[in-house]
Amino acid sequence: MSLMHGEHAHGSGHDHEHGHEHGHGHSPYLEHHFETLGQQFESDKLGMWLFLATEILLFGGLFCAYSVYRGNHPEIFVYAHQYLNKMWGGINTVVLLLSSFTIAWSVRATQLGQRSLQIGLLVITLLCAFGFLGIKYVEYSEKWKHGLLPGKHYQPHVGSHGEEHAAGAEAGADHAAAATSAGGEHTAAATTDAAAADSTLSVTAGDHHASTDPAIADSAASAVAAVPAADPNDPLAIDPSKIAPAAAPPAGLAREVRQHEGEHGVMMEEPKNVQTFFAVYFVMTGLHGVHVVAGIIAIFVILIYSMRGLYKPEWFTPVDMVALYWHIVDLIWIFLFPLLYLIH
Amino acid sequence: MASTGMRVGSGATDAPVGYAENNFLNHTKGFASWIWTLDHKRIGVMYMWSIILFFFAGGLFATMLRTELWTPKDDIVGPDLYNQLFTYHGAVMVFLVILPGIPAALANFVLPIMLGAKDVAFPKLNLASYWLFVVGALLALSSLVQGGLDTGWTFYTPYSTSTNTAVVPVVTAAFILGFANIFTGLNFIVTIHKLRPPGMGWFNMPLFLWGIYATGIIQVLATPVLGITLLLLIIERVFHVGIFDPALGGDPVLFQHFFWFYSHPAVYIMILPAMAVISEMVPTFSRKPIFGYRFIAYSSIAIALFGFLVWGHHMFVAGQSALMNMIMSALTYSVSIPSAVKVFNWLATMWKGSIQYRTPMIWVLGFIWIFAIGGLTGLFLGSLGTDVHLHETYFVVAHFHYTMMGSTFLAFFGGVFYWWPKMFGRMYDEKWGTIGALIVNIGFNATFIPQFIMGSHGSPRRYAHYLPEYQPFHQASTVGTYIMLVGFIICGWVLISSLYRGRKAPANPWGASTLEWQCTSPPPYNNFDEPPIVPEDEPYHYDHLEWDPELGGYIDKRREGSPAPGAAVEAAH
Ligand SMILES: [Cu+2]
Repeated sequence: MSLMHGEHAHGSGHDHEHGHEHGHGHSPYLEHHFETLGQQFESDKLGMWLFLATEILLFGGLFCAYSVYRGNHPEIFVYAHQYLNKMWGGINTVVLLLSSFTIAWSVRATQLGQRSLQIGLLVITLLCAFGFLGIKYVEYSEKWKHGLLPGKHYQPHVGSHGEEHAAGAEAGADHAAAATSAGGEHTAAATTDAAAADSTLSVTAGDHHASTDPAIADSAASAVAAVPAADPNDPLAIDPSKIAPAAAPPAGLAREVRQHEGEHGVMMEEPKNVQTFFAVYFVMTGLHGVHVVAGIIAIFVILIYSMRGLYKPEWFTPVDMVALYWHIVDLIWIFLFPLLYLIH
Repeated sequence: MASTGMRVGSGATDAPVGYAENNFLNHTKGFASWIWTLDHKRIGVMYMWSIILFFFAGGLFATMLRTELWTPKDDIVGPDLYNQLFTYHGAVMVFLVILPGIPAALANFVLPIMLGAKDVAFPKLNLASYWLFVVGALLALSSLVQGGLDTGWTFYTPYSTSTNTAVVPVVTAAFILGFANIFTGLNFIVTIHKLRPPGMGWFNMPLFLWGIYATGIIQVLATPVLGITLLLLIIERVFHVGIFDPALGGDPVLFQHFFWFYSHPAVYIMILPAMAVISEMVPTFSRKPIFGYRFIAYSSIAIALFGFLVWGHHMFVAGQSALMNMIMSALTYSVSIPSAVKVFNWLATMWKGSIQYRTPMIWVLGFIWIFAIGGLTGLFLGSLGTDVHLHETYFVVAHFHYTMMGSTFLAFFGGVFYWWPKMFGRMYDEKWGTIGALIVNIGFNATFIPQFIMGSHGSPRRYAHYLPEYQPFHQASTVGTYIMLVGFIICGWVLISSLYRGRKAPANPWGASTLEWQCTSPPPYNNFDEPPIVPEDEPYHYDHLEWDPELGGYIDKRREGSPAPGAAVEAAH
């Protein structure tokens, strides 16, 4: 049938924009329902941008959840973010930025017909992506090892090096006072203790559970009884204005300590529901990680086709699309990193 | 030339001019040629049959529910099974019928042809959408043998994270179906942007395309939020991360916010395409240009945008702050403005028109009546004071059935009857088609008007048992359901029998002026044997179309004596 259309479109001499000429655009890259390569490219690009919009909204839900929980319970985020390793997060940010640069350059190289350069840049991009995942693996296994996990799996405990990660038991004596208003002095004290504790103080995991579990159960009961945190009359709700100065460690001291101790150094009164932070952390970075894996597959595919010489300066749509996708993966991380790692 | 010759030479003497013996339906043959097709028309047809099938499944669940409610006590099922029935009824109707209904089935078929294009922008994505739909549907229905589901179609936490029924398969299915929806919407947006023929500006487009475009915006922007919500629900259930679980510090109301941030716009995914179909049929059967083209076009976009800002009206009694309630209530009222604009424009189009009561027009009239009731009763629910009284009653059930089921499905069926001759090249029995449409309309109103009344009397929804004082209303409602069932069976029979006994359709049986009526019935594989004439104005002018009683359809006088597509090619030789 389609052949016949072609024949009679030419034969009858109809010269309409939307005829069925298969004649023009002899390019093998042109699909049958497009008129020109330009139209096809424009369509592909618009489609890709719409897809990226869906990605932003997909993550938008998570950013929204993040805002709600952080807005309602800033103390959880300030406390728990210290368990994230800023150095690894920072390195990963640099790695992703570099990969964004190399893939953008590889698009340019395709446009200019520089095939071996393009292939080389794609390989570097892939290496960066694997590097990112490798670092992520290191970070995840650290959390796993120390029981810093979401929801009911949250069971922080003493690490294999004898470090104490949550100072719950140590601070247990003045727990009652601290629960309502964690004073700056207290934080300072806890931090200082912690610095000493590293070598001298070792609390068993069993002790630690004893101090945290009732807190969780307690909060659960209150959360069921009232709409959690949305209720301004909730006696347990904490006034955010009081939190910021108290929860932020005193300048100088804490920073120094953290430098000493790496990610596990700072000892503070552990607030309730710390597991919420790790739920947000793992879901956000996990979903981002899934996108990185998808990106690796996509980059790998275009790498194979590039080596076969499929992409030409006249047509390189897949390279462009994968690069756009990779940029959005990068961009999401650019937001995740400060929101999760760099909280004050 | 060749194809025209084959048409004449095939000996089909009873076929009117404009009917194509060789068309997209028999262009290639065999099962594989259908399931791997990239042709938007075939994908649309496959979607349509699947959706009609699921509609009857969902209708079966509804009939069982209504039968159970004949008396206040257990009749045919117990409370647990009742909970599962209303869950499956809602989930099947929403996710498998109404959401994909008009866009994926009707628009898929007709949208590229309306643009004079050969296909949608991404044919493979289109096929992927259909197969995701099938996979999602099968996964959802497989939960029936995995313990069923009793959460209601809204999957509210914390019940959905604690019930023992098969939440994960159904939620995963809804997630997959969301992708099918996104692919459809994305495809249509790009097609409308990039595949319009030269000469067709935005305001020369059929209003159907405006409606589908607005729907596409919602599908693309709202569905991902449902996606992440359902994903979080799955993660919550499988890993107990505590995002929505209050026992672990999570917030179940956050689930409601997320869910309705999608699901309120989703009701516009349901109703905007319905309005789009109606906007095509009203001028065609009134033989009069549409009144207020730009108002209808812009109101579609306005509904799409406003629709994102009103989700909180589902949580007036869920602990939302008073300020938030007031804002959401006010915004909800504002959505009724563009909706009313459309209704007034349709009525103004019909005013002093020469209305033809063909079968599709019966559905249109039913739609306008039902949509008006559905829309106006929505105001009672959008108003804070009355909503406190009416929420979780049968009033809500009746309201959303008037808007979601009544309006959308009437428009869907109207559209099926409208484009049926184009899809399959057969005319159906007008008399029985009209009777079927009327019976459905009577049954629908008989089913749901009693629910408005008992809802306003305080009868709560979602219970298998009820107080005896509500029995007359329930019985009237159940009788209405059976009337509706009879009506739909008649409609189905009218359509199916037309495939075997129906008169072959000419190119333009209704005298409509959009481009899809310029190609043959059914369309050829490439949609147009010869280029369509693109209007330089709004498409709803009918002066060039003339009824030909011998043909049983309309001829296009612009084609200078050639009565229908195909013939012009002959003349050129
Ligand atoms: Cu709503």
